[in-house]
Amino acid sequence: MTEPATDVPYFPMPRAEGCPFDPPPPLRTTVAERPLSRVRIWNGSTPWIVTGHREQRALLADPRVSVDDRLPGFPHWHEGMAAMAPHRPDAVFNTDPPVHTQHRRRMTAPFTVKRVQAMRPVVQKMTEDLLDRMVAGPQPADLVEALALPLPTLMISEILGVPYEDHEFFQKQAAIGIDSNATGEAAMKAFAAQNEYLAGLVQKRMAAPQDDVVSDFAARVNAGEIGVAEAAQMALGLLVAGHETSANMIGLGTLVLLENPDQLALLREADDDAVANAVEELLRYLGIIHGAQRRIATADIDIAGEVIRAGEGILIEFATANRDPRTFDRPDELDVRRSAREHHAFGYGAHQCIGQQLARVELQVVFPTIFRRVPALRLATTIDQIRFKQDRLAYGVYELPVAW
Amino acid sequence: MRVSIEQDKCIGAGQCALAAPEVFDQRDEDGVVVLLTPSAPAGTQDGVRHAVAVCPAAAIHIDVED
Repeated sequence: MTEPATDVPYFPMPRAEGCPFDPPPPLRTTVAERPLSRVRIWNGSTPWIVTGHREQRALLADPRVSVDDRLPGFPHWHEGMAAMAPHRPDAVFNTDPPVHTQHRRRMTAPFTVKRVQAMRPVVQKMTEDLLDRMVAGPQPADLVEALALPLPTLMISEILGVPYEDHEFFQKQAAIGIDSNATGEAAMKAFAAQNEYLAGLVQKRMAAPQDDVVSDFAARVNAGEIGVAEAAQMALGLLVAGHETSANMIGLGTLVLLENPDQLALLREADDDAVANAVEELLRYLGIIHGAQRRIATADIDIAGEVIRAGEGILIEFATANRDPRTFDRPDELDVRRSAREHHAFGYGAHQCIGQQLARVELQVVFPTIFRRVPALRLATTIDQIRFKQDRLAYGVYELPVAW
Repeated sequence: MRVSIEQDKCIGAGQCALAAPEVFDQRDEDGVVVLLTPSAPAGTQDGVRHAVAVCPAAAIHIDVED
C-alpha cells in the first residue's frame, strides 16, 4: 500500500486514559504486524510513521534518509519549525554525513564518557543540595520545580558557560520552541531571542574566553572555522536538548517508581551496575521522545513490504519502538533487572543524542539519591490528577506534587 | 575475538567506551573511537558484543569469533 487511506490517523496522538506510561494505542496495536504506517500531520500531509525497532535502525542508518529540513516536503513538527527551517544555517541537526560529521565532531568533546564521568561528583552535590532545599521547605513540594528541571539546567549551563541567572529567559523561550501548538510567529520570535542571546554570549567569550564550551565554540569563530551564527546554533541546540529531556526523565521516572513499589525496592538495593541497568530500562519504558524524529526520503526505499518514495516524509517514533515485542520480551512490563540496552531512547544512527552520557550520569545519580535522602517520599496527589505533556515533543509531567 | 572499527563513521556517542572500556576509548578532542587493542582480552567479549549491538553508527565489527 503506497497511497494513504482517507482514514489516516492524526499525529501526534494522545496516550490512552489511565495508561500514562504507554505510547498511544493506535501506534502500538500495529507495531508487530505493521512497523510502518501513515499518519496525517498538522499541514495535512501524510508522512510515513515508523514504529518498528529494526525498521528504525535500517532507516536511520540509510544514506537515502535525510534530516535536511530545508528539503521540500519535509514533515516538520509544526508550523513554527517549517517557518524557521529555511533561516537556520547548516548545523548538526539539519545536515547529513559528511557535512554532519564535521559539525558533530566540533560538539562532542565535552560529552565523552571520561569528561562526563569526571562530573559525577558535581551532579551528586547539586542533587543533594537541591533535595536539601526541598525538604527544608513546605510540603507538598513540586519535584519538577525543586529538582527535575533545575538539576539538568544547572549542569548544561555550567558546561556551556551560560550564566544560570538567565535560565528563566531561555527556559521560557525553549518551551515555546518545542510546543507542538506554537504558531509560526511565536516560534520565530522565540528562536530569534535565543539566537540573539547566545550570539551575544559567543561574542563575549571571543573577547574574554573562560573554561567552558561556549568559549570553545568562540575560539573556533576566532580561528575562522565557523561563524558566530553557527556557534550560537550549536550552543542553543545543546542548551535546549540538555535541560528539557533530562528534566522529563527525572519527573516521569520518579513517578513511575513511586507507582511501582516492587521496582523501587529493587532500585533501593541496587549497586552501581544495577542502577545503571535500571536507568536503561527506565529510558526504554518511559519513551519520553514521543513527538517522533523527522526525516525525508531522497530516493525510493523498499522496507517491510512497503515502498517509501523519494520526497516522502518519515516520522521515527521511538516510544513505540521501545515497546516492540519483536525486540523486547514482555515490552509493557517495567523490569529494572532486564537488559534494555538496545532501546532507542536516545535515538539511533548518526544523530543519536550527543548528551546521552551526561543524561545517564544525571539519572544514575538522581534516582538512588532521591530515595536515599528522602526515603519517605510519596506522591502528594493521585496519578489521575497529574498533567502529562501530551502536546510536547518530549513527554513528561508538568508538575509532580510530593510529600515525605 | 578480533575487533575492528571505522573511525570515519564514528559519531562519538561513547557507547562502546562505556560497554568495554578495556577495548575502546574516545579521542579527547572529538570523542571519536580509539581501538585500544584489536584483540579483545578474556572477559571483555560480552562488553564488545554489547558495543557492536548498540553502536549507533554501526562502526564496530567483530572479524573473528573465538
